[in-house]
Amino acid sequence: MSDTPAPPPFTPFPAAGNISDAEREDLRRHGILLTSLEELYGWGRSNSIWPLQFGLACCAIEMIAAATARFDIARFGAEIFRPSPRQADLMIVSGTVTKKMAPQVVRLWNQMPEPKYCIAMGACAISGGPFKQGYNVLKGIDRFIPVDIYIPGCPPRPEALLHGLTQLQEKIRAERVSGPQAARHLQPDAASEFPVPDYGAHDLQPPSNPALFTAPVLPRKA
Amino acid sequence: MENLEQIRDRLLARFPAAQVAIVVNPGSAAEHSLLLDPASAPEIARFLRDDPMLQLDYCSNVTGVDWPEKEITDIVKKSVPDPAGGPDKVVEEKTKRLQPGYLEAVYHLYSMARKHGSVILRLRTGNRSDLVTLPSLTPVWRSADFQEREIFDLYGIVFAGHPDLRRLLMWDEFKDHPMRKDYVAPDDFEWEPTPHGDVHERAKAHYPAPPPAASTPTPEAKP
Repeated sequence: MSDTPAPPPFTPFPAAGNISDAEREDLRRHGILLTSLEELYGWGRSNSIWPLQFGLACCAIEMIAAATARFDIARFGAEIFRPSPRQADLMIVSGTVTKKMAPQVVRLWNQMPEPKYCIAMGACAISGGPFKQGYNVLKGIDRFIPVDIYIPGCPPRPEALLHGLTQLQEKIRAERVSGPQAARHLQPDAASEFPVPDYGAHDLQPPSNPALFTAPVLPRKA
Repeated sequence: MENLEQIRDRLLARFPAAQVAIVVNPGSAAEHSLLLDPASAPEIARFLRDDPMLQLDYCSNVTGVDWPEKEITDIVKKSVPDPAGGPDKVVEEKTKRLQPGYLEAVYHLYSMARKHGSVILRLRTGNRSDLVTLPSLTPVWRSADFQEREIFDLYGIVFAGHPDLRRLLMWDEFKDHPMRKDYVAPDDFEWEPTPHGDVHERAKAHYPAPPPAASTPTPEAKP
């Protein structure tokens, strides 16, 4: 703990703070649209998230259901599932990540261009889920790639996936385009690609990426 | 369909060099099976498939079984005459023997042409370490292809004559056979929020050592 005071909250355009939301809405009703480039940028990006089209297990069935007419992920602009990682913004890790599959998932993530986001969908992608104590299932995809949104459930309902998507949209809209709190893809030194684990004789090598994952330490009685 | 004894007798008459035995299933299902010796198994399998009375043309399922080495205690009751002239005493003699372990491949056969089944075949390896080769029955039934690969992957039975014997589920660099009874899983139990049972025991090794108390003796430090 240092004694230096916390820096003031970052405001990219101080002049924009002089007008309230109500006043701005009032102006909009009169045909005057006041916005910032940052807001426009976030609005556009958050409403056209293209997910990568791949599924790993039963969660993928729910993901497919979310794309059908009944739940209609197109309402949120995320209906264009891309078969190529080069055209995708969002990786929905939907299902059990086996240790045999994990290097391929990391490789797909590395092939996606920035800005990119990751949703861990379901108990297996979060922690291994019911297969956590098995020998062949990765105990959470966050051991190898950074995860933005975790959606619990086994499997989560399509509504839960849509809720996770709207949470991701809020996260994208809150991202800054410049300054110290700029979005990850705008920071020059932020990591975009992560090492692909090798197949070892008994487990993946390494079993997790130490730059991303450290096991939490719980206070326990021995 | 003939019963299993008739099939066995017909096989023994046709293949005099073969050893065919019936393995009795003591359960209520009573799915008894034929134990074949590996040397004559391919020609017997081909006979079962092509014989006009059986026509077992469909191999629905192939599984592996691991039978580890186990100690068996045989109890023999003997009646010993009492030297004092009383009634005979019954004495139990216990002898212990070691049954060597082996691996087993089990084939479930049906006939699509004759609408009957099932006939179950068993093949046993010599031991669990070096004599683990069995003849592949994939040339007889194509449906055994992936399932024999899975047994090779998870149990380590080598199927001689298999057209494409590679691991099916685990990666090629993997060294173990996870479905064997003595398999030890990788020790990655460092983060278990709600451990119990065996997992709790393994997760304990990752817990930080408790601070030593002043009066009570310290438990051994866990690395």
